[in-house]
Amino acid sequence: MSFLGHRSLMYKQGSSHSQDPMLKRDGFEDILEERRNSSDLKYALRCYAPVLYKGVTPCKANMLKNIVLQSDQLHYVINQVSQESGEAPDIIQEEASVILEEMAHRLQISTVRFFAFALSKAFKTLFQHVCVNEEGIQRLQQAIQEHPVVLLPSHRSYMDFLLMSYILYTYDLALPVIAAGMDFMGMKFVGEMLRMSGAFFIRRSFGGDKLYWAVFSEYVKTMLRNGFAPIEFFLEGTRSRTCKSLTPKLGLLNIVIEPFFKGEVFDVNLVPVSISYERILEESLYARELLGVPKPKESTSGLLKARRILSEDYGSIHVYFGQPVSVRSLAQGKVNRSTYNLFPRHIPRKPMEETQSFVNDTAYRIVRLQEDNMVLKPWVLMASLLLQNLEGLELSVLTEQTVWLRGLALSYAAFLDWPDHAPTAKVVSSSLALHRGLACVSGGRVSLVVGEPLGPVTPEEALFNRAVSVLSCASYRNQVLHVFLRPAMLAVAMHTAASSKKNEVYNCFSFLWDMFSNDFILCPGDIDFEEACYLLVKTGAVQMPQQDIVMTDIGQPTLSFFNGLLEPFLQGYQVVCRYLCEEASEGLTEKQYIPAVRSFAVKLILAGAFTSLSEMF
Amino acid sequence: MLTSDSCLSLHKHGSSMASDSNSSESQRIAQQRLRIIAGHLQKHKDDDSGTIATECKAEANKGTVPRKRQEIMKWNGWGYSDSKFLFNKKGQAEFTGKRYRLSGMVLPSLQDWFENTFGASVNHKSPATPALNASAVPPASLNEAFVEDLKATGIPFSHEAEDRVFRAHGHCLHEIFALREGKKFERVPDMVVWPNCHNDVVKIVELACKHNVCLIPYGGGTSVTSALECPPEETRCIVSLDTSQMNRILWIDEKNLVAHVEAGIIGQDLERLLNESGYCTGHEPDSMEFSSLGGWVATRASGMKKNVYGNIEDLVIHIKVVTPRGVIEKSCQGPRMSTGPDIHHFILGSEGTLGVVTEVTMKIRPIPEYQKYGSVVFPNFEAGVACLREVAKQRCAPASIRLMDNEQFQFGHALKPQVSSIFTNFVEGLKKFYITKFKGFDPHQLVVATLLFEGDRERVLQHEKQVYDIAATFGGLAAGEDNGQRGYILTFVIAYLRDLGMDYYVVAESFETSVPWDRVLDLCRNVKERINRECKERGVQFQPLTSCRVTQTYDAGACVYFYFAFNYRGLADPVHTYERVEHAAREEILANGGSLSHHHGVGKLRKEWMKESISSLGVGMLQSVKDYVDPDNIFGNRNLL
Repeated sequence: MSFLGHRSLMYKQGSSHSQDPMLKRDGFEDILEERRNSSDLKYALRCYAPVLYKGVTPCKANMLKNIVLQSDQLHYVINQVSQESGEAPDIIQEEASVILEEMAHRLQISTVRFFAFALSKAFKTLFQHVCVNEEGIQRLQQAIQEHPVVLLPSHRSYMDFLLMSYILYTYDLALPVIAAGMDFMGMKFVGEMLRMSGAFFIRRSFGGDKLYWAVFSEYVKTMLRNGFAPIEFFLEGTRSRTCKSLTPKLGLLNIVIEPFFKGEVFDVNLVPVSISYERILEESLYARELLGVPKPKESTSGLLKARRILSEDYGSIHVYFGQPVSVRSLAQGKVNRSTYNLFPRHIPRKPMEETQSFVNDTAYRIVRLQEDNMVLKPWVLMASLLLQNLEGLELSVLTEQTVWLRGLALSYAAFLDWPDHAPTAKVVSSSLALHRGLACVSGGRVSLVVGEPLGPVTPEEALFNRAVSVLSCASYRNQVLHVFLRPAMLAVAMHTAASSKKNEVYNCFSFLWDMFSNDFILCPGDIDFEEACYLLVKTGAVQMPQQDIVMTDIGQPTLSFFNGLLEPFLQGYQVVCRYLCEEASEGLTEKQYIPAVRSFAVKLILAGAFTSLSEMF
Repeated sequence: MLTSDSCLSLHKHGSSMASDSNSSESQRIAQQRLRIIAGHLQKHKDDDSGTIATECKAEANKGTVPRKRQEIMKWNGWGYSDSKFLFNKKGQAEFTGKRYRLSGMVLPSLQDWFENTFGASVNHKSPATPALNASAVPPASLNEAFVEDLKATGIPFSHEAEDRVFRAHGHCLHEIFALREGKKFERVPDMVVWPNCHNDVVKIVELACKHNVCLIPYGGGTSVTSALECPPEETRCIVSLDTSQMNRILWIDEKNLVAHVEAGIIGQDLERLLNESGYCTGHEPDSMEFSSLGGWVATRASGMKKNVYGNIEDLVIHIKVVTPRGVIEKSCQGPRMSTGPDIHHFILGSEGTLGVVTEVTMKIRPIPEYQKYGSVVFPNFEAGVACLREVAKQRCAPASIRLMDNEQFQFGHALKPQVSSIFTNFVEGLKKFYITKFKGFDPHQLVVATLLFEGDRERVLQHEKQVYDIAATFGGLAAGEDNGQRGYILTFVIAYLRDLGMDYYVVAESFETSVPWDRVLDLCRNVKERINRECKERGVQFQPLTSCRVTQTYDAGACVYFYFAFNYRGLADPVHTYERVEHAAREEILANGGSLSHHHGVGKLRKEWMKESISSLGVGMLQSVKDYVDPDNIFGNRNLL
């Protein structure tokens, strides 16, 4: 276990994460400010002439389709499918053409202008500020000219991709083409609108469909190779309902990286974009969805009904365009491109192991970069504290603890948007005001708001309502998890380990690491452990004399906060384990599993076995 | 930029430079002139073809290259001492001497091109050390017993500093740069021997084995792979075995169309002597003016006209090699054999690690009746590559077909001699107008393919039409013989131009690769981009020149040739910077599906990639041949493995 010896060294090499004391982040500009002072119509109709990749001439949507349909790659698969199915190649070609028709974007500047106008109006109503780091925009502009660019925003809301296009339009940057789920197509009119603003639609699952995969990947690669437009997709695959980053999906990332490995492009730049909402539009929707109320189907009428949300205040949005990540530099020394030399490049092939693990590492790295630049509001700290005190807290205690937690978060380099020069009490009270739907102050105590249903309620219904508010609150706590996660895991490991021996703590940590690897964004190797040790030592909570890891005299509050932070997640696993041991029957199907665990948990909670509620998936 | 792709041939002076119809006339004149130039070196004309003359003649020296090479060649640059580029007092470029078509001409656009391309100035000179400083040369450490025995054989040898230094290097940038700077040499050969025939070589190799002396064969000295560099760790006496005096055609067999030739003969002499009998080999690497037959065999050379005549491995019928274990040769001259792996292929590309090639039987052809240059302009490089691919597919490539990128096209134009007539000027202007304005070609995108057709007149014209028709389908416009010829001039004066560059803070080099057709464009783009980036990252203050051409076509791919040059003002160690960039460029080539080398070879410059290129098992196979043939590492230049 040699890594234990030179922990800090490894940390420096292995991680570019938030704890780097030299980390410098850009400042923000509010793009709504100008919207509030000048004509939206003029803005929507202004001259739009973005710079393109090495000055390529923009490619009409139809030309793009032709390139794809005539590509060697697609022809190969068409012939293959034709041989397997016995259908004539013409018919398969026709199928491919239909797939492409269903998929392809039809970017039109007039539609973009319409959105520019409509969104200006909507944003001004919904949000106080939409803040963007302009230096990031400048870096992006540079990158777009030099290399094919892939925009990788975090995904918390339906708003995300409209917002992205809106910002790029505002800064006169090339509009991205966006991979969107087919669900949107269900919204008749809106689906087509989105298509005309640059979205292309992919089926959620097409596992075995070779032809579909070929059309899809060739479509994306063609856009990338020729640099017609930045490509945008969500690494997390879907909106995170919990505000925790989801473990990345690799399919699309594989597709956009492959042209680099095959030498078809010199480099590909991945740009992580962190979109942080002070309040998410879908907030309570998500909590219900998690509790098993089915997600409303995307529909135009549903969207219209949602107008109601226009009357509320959703605070600000921060959009941070991260440093472009060069795939070429990342792959240096990790992937030997010449292994692609012995196979024709137009024949689809499963990526090699080396490549797969590179793409996987890259995906995790990008998600962590997204996390690092997520802007955190004071409320997320307060929510973390409230969730550890479900029975409520004295306002003064909450204030005091929030200040303490702020210090801790800052020393872990959290990207905290704490108002300058405002007294703490003011910060706390205005946070409570914005989130009055979630927490309230009465008689000097702060507690969660639980929706009061009309009429008599069963204990289950009461519990459901409580769970909604806890989960809503948890979605804020989750935003700060990436800052505290590693030290918190170490705190739990220290708590569980039989002794303070480094080895044993490490083993416990590894166990947690394995267990949580689907819950959180953890990095392969020992980087997480190194980082956890480094941070806890740095803030004085832990000492590491020789072969031990021990708590310091002042470490108690930190470690117990961390233990409390992870407790709900551990309890979640405990419930599942108990369910599987005690109740699960033989033929349990995947479909039954989640509702069954859920009702099992309800039983336990009502019986008073658990106090925490927040991790019922 | 030196190497096989880099020099000029006197033969070209005769046949290729002066194109088509009056070629035989100008060829005759040129040959006459050549004989005058080298007159004092030539004793007498040897017997005609067909005569067998195998026994050594101590004074048999009718070749161009004297034992004291420095008498006619530059000791610290490319080519003949009397031929060089310079900027005259008016700032105009001139090419001195009388040997070449450009000799004595003023090139009015070169200065502008040079200054604009590199950010250099004719006022900022970086002159070379004028003469060799003998104190910078390590003293010869001789193996006295070997010297005694050698004396007894009567084979001439020398241990003078000039002779030894001349054979301590090839024409890599770092080698020439060091000579120009007057740097101290780490290791040079301790002596030079000049065998006159195969038997002399046998004696030398026997003595070397007996006295444990390290032998390094030396042919034309045009290596660009550090192949001639003496391994600094070599403690034995190093003897440079200069084959230049083994330069006779021993016989010509007109029935089978083969000639038996001593391997030290250089390309221009071989062609000249064969021409006298009405034949040629058709093997014309760009270095043929100086490079030797043995060197071609040892490096797997490739000639410009390989589409008609084949590469060296296709031309060779029989090889005689002296190794520490004895002499390798085959028992017959059958045109093809199924007798296990071809032992010729252990020799071809062995880079002097196994022995000395002494005699070669190679194919000859009657001199073609008719030669014609041509060129085609394409709107961009992509279109040009697509056309060459189609030409290769239809297997109708002319003797030579090369596609130069836009940078090289402009470079070629900078070498246009002063035009005397207003009319020519006017016609040039009109052509330019037609291509750029009327046809809408972007002058900063257009590229040119240069062509050379050979054969009987009727078939050449037919062939020409076929190629131009294909070109037209890719948007190509025929652009005249003159443009075509200029392209070939560029390749043979380029090495002289490098010396000019080095006089003004510009370092330059070339490298090559071969690559499957579908990767040609990607490789060219990525390598250029890599070079530009590496230069920027390594602090090169000026935009480098990166240029490439598709210089040979094959059924399954092409050979791509790169030029790379930059202004090194402000750099502490330009050679080191250059080497790092070239290293990165080679990595990029390999990552993009290119080969380690198409015809330059590996030498010591690219050894590190051999395992990756041919697998460690492959390296082991080669090593086991080396271990068997030369167990004491007498041929210790340490190339290749």
